[in-house]
Amino acid sequence: MSTSNLANPAAQAAFDASRRDFLKSATVAAGAFVLGAYVAFPDFANAQGGAPQGPYDPNLFLKIGADNSVTVLSKHFEMGQGATTGLATMVAEELGADWSTVRFEFAPSDARIYNNLLFGPLMGTGGSSSMAESWEQMRKVGAAARMMFIAAAAQKWNVPGGEIVVEKSVVIHSPSGKKANLGELAAEAMHMPVPKDVTLKPAKDWNLIGTKLPRLDTPGKTTGKAIFALDITRPGMLTAVLKRPDRFGGKVASFDATDAKKVDGVVEVVQVPAGVAVLAKDTWSAMRGRDALKVTWDDSSAEKRSTAEMLEQYRQMMKQPSISAEGRGDAAAGLTRAAKTVEAEYTFPYLAHAPMEPMNGVIELHSDGAEIWSGSQLQTLDQMVAAQFLGMKPEQIKINTLLGGGSFGRRASTTADWTAEMAQVVKAINGRAPVHVVWTREDDIRGGFYRPMVMHRVKAGINGSGEISGWQHTVVSKSIFKGTGLEAMAMKGGVDNSMIEGIVDTPYAIGNMAVDIRYIETPITVLWFRSVGNTHTAYVMETMLDELAHLAGKDPVALRLSLLTKQPRHAEVVRLAAEKSGWGQSMGEGRGRGFAFHHSFNTSVAMVADVSTKAAKLKVERIVAAVDCGVAIDPDVVTAQIEGAIGFALSIALRNQLTFKDGMVEQSNFDDYEPTRMREMPKVEVHIVKSTERPTGIGEPGVPPLAPAIGNAIAASTGKRLRSLPLNLSTLA
Amino acid sequence: MITLKVNGESHELDVSPEMPLLWALRDRLHLTGTKFGCGKAMCGACTVHIDGQAARSCSIMVGEAAGKTITTIEAVSGKVAEAVTQAWQRLDVVQCGYCQSGQIMSAIVLLTGNKAPSDEDIDLSMEGNICRCGTYVRIRHAIHEAAKSLA
Repeated sequence: MSTSNLANPAAQAAFDASRRDFLKSATVAAGAFVLGAYVAFPDFANAQGGAPQGPYDPNLFLKIGADNSVTVLSKHFEMGQGATTGLATMVAEELGADWSTVRFEFAPSDARIYNNLLFGPLMGTGGSSSMAESWEQMRKVGAAARMMFIAAAAQKWNVPGGEIVVEKSVVIHSPSGKKANLGELAAEAMHMPVPKDVTLKPAKDWNLIGTKLPRLDTPGKTTGKAIFALDITRPGMLTAVLKRPDRFGGKVASFDATDAKKVDGVVEVVQVPAGVAVLAKDTWSAMRGRDALKVTWDDSSAEKRSTAEMLEQYRQMMKQPSISAEGRGDAAAGLTRAAKTVEAEYTFPYLAHAPMEPMNGVIELHSDGAEIWSGSQLQTLDQMVAAQFLGMKPEQIKINTLLGGGSFGRRASTTADWTAEMAQVVKAINGRAPVHVVWTREDDIRGGFYRPMVMHRVKAGINGSGEISGWQHTVVSKSIFKGTGLEAMAMKGGVDNSMIEGIVDTPYAIGNMAVDIRYIETPITVLWFRSVGNTHTAYVMETMLDELAHLAGKDPVALRLSLLTKQPRHAEVVRLAAEKSGWGQSMGEGRGRGFAFHHSFNTSVAMVADVSTKAAKLKVERIVAAVDCGVAIDPDVVTAQIEGAIGFALSIALRNQLTFKDGMVEQSNFDDYEPTRMREMPKVEVHIVKSTERPTGIGEPGVPPLAPAIGNAIAASTGKRLRSLPLNLSTLA
Repeated sequence: MITLKVNGESHELDVSPEMPLLWALRDRLHLTGTKFGCGKAMCGACTVHIDGQAARSCSIMVGEAAGKTITTIEAVSGKVAEAVTQAWQRLDVVQCGYCQSGQIMSAIVLLTGNKAPSDEDIDLSMEGNICRCGTYVRIRHAIHEAAKSLA
């Protein structure tokens, strides 16, 4: 999900504002790290299985065992982005821990302690915010613990604390030659007063931050031992596979479970608000039972149109009265003065996130609440929604967060749809068995919560000196937030900023700009998708800018730099990518090089794409990327996120789209909705700007610039513009 | 009753011979390192070794696998497996990690039959394994590294 969605219109201002809250919250949280927290939250110790375990167990963000192990409790979900390694790096740096002793566990679902400081009272992961929001908090946790160990050693050895240091998990007093490891001192350290103020290390003293450390989740993920939600089994558990409406907005009219119940292993068939659930003793039986189930749908309020009709409605909507979002200067006057103008329409299809691990989760009812095992990305929302269906209080829902087999936003649904299903099904069988709701790939591709279909229309012009004189921009889409529980929080003045992020907040000095929006209404469910609105706005902004550069006879990189004179950090990223890629070299016949830059989640990424278009076949040969995300806490994770974002975004650029026929999604699995494969992966170079600025996002910002860099490379090679994704060379006449 | 030889042990299973091997491994033998991704042999997350060859366990029936030697990620061993796993760990290939059991199982078969695979060999052999996180740059690198360490 997008931070800017939750905190806009002015993303930067909101980010700064939340930094102020952050410091306040961080103080509270640093207090909560201490032993006194047991008094404040007695139920928490119980949730952890009783009294503090081990000699030193503040147990909120950090556990240090007598065996010298250092366990960081991760408030963030791990879906591959490396957040668990990043959080642990921050704690270990300040503590002085030996990295080989560091582990992580997922924190319990308790927003009072583990809230995302940028989301307010919500525990959740998204908006590429994990490192940014915890940058002070996690380092303070480590620093406070280090001071407690030093105090314990000073007392025990009767030496001044100022002479004691902690290095690689060893507490050392050099003058006397005394030393002890953290595990040996843990019992004493936990009884030391918790420091009210902590001093964080200056950047020059960092040993771990800024270096490549082995990822904490690698060993389990390379030996088959890592546990995902799909791997959970509970005693007596039933697996449920649901038949959901064929068309969005459809409802169950009636169903016939006779044949489904004849399938070996099928135990029960129940109707729930989401559809009809077949419960069986194992997954395969539940799937076969679902295949045998006959459901008649009431499609009276369902979406019944095909994609072409939907697009026609978008075009009609372009002519309807609009909602004006932010504007600058006078776009209309600027266009009147223009020497040359370009006007173009852009379309972007519905997209499914398609994480490798299909949606699933286990739920079990207890006498005093419910317990869930899932790859939960927004634990607080999952708790609220499950509680609502079960008639409980949110705090009665205990979520055991597990590793997520990908998400790309899907596991943080605005309505917690998949968690709602778990609650509905277990309730329908009166909680008499734990239930594992499992989606098939077909359920996933056809199950909605898509990146919405979007249409843009832009008219832009340049004056006689080749400067941009006006920019009029209209975006038509279904809103992600309108009509959801997050609407009040996310939408200001009726504007869903997630549709136009990357346009209204463009860092380019475009003086006369007007942006307006129109909302499509459809029962098709939509959701944020890795980098949210930037998945389409970056394509339009960066390819239109490229067109204007050519119209003005300017070099595309030079034009960008001329619009970023007041943004030195952004400009540096543009220059770095241009320099490293050999920008300006001749590419030869049938090949092209394209540039794109985009700033999202407070991070700047530039990409240079080299493509071949020989024989009307597109091959992306190489991507050179430059990134400024502030401090690269682990530069190798930063590199991996950019590499991965390129692989992920390539499927959007080249191929992926969901189309509708008579209201039904035409694609269903990886044959007709095929992610990027090995042979298509280009060579990738990632260059990171050295920085000591606070860390910003990295999970999402690598996605937006990829497609426009390729689009611009195609134009450089062929002289023709592709204005819709996926890119299809055969439409170039 | 069907007898499956998995990871060096024989297991008597009371399941339909039509049950996909994947679900017998996961739901009956609780070998959950082998993953479900698509159910149609299009993503490779369920890759195991059957008589030393890479096989998509979601699309092979238990009845067909009976009597054959089945190896899963939990028990795969030997010099090649070690080299592959170590390269994967040294380069931190994984992101979400869900597809990586299958990637590793495919890479082991590739390197067992081809000691110095070219990029084209890797493209061909790894074609059936999807990584939605897009870790392909590192998968390729790790296969080359493993090949070097075996040379």
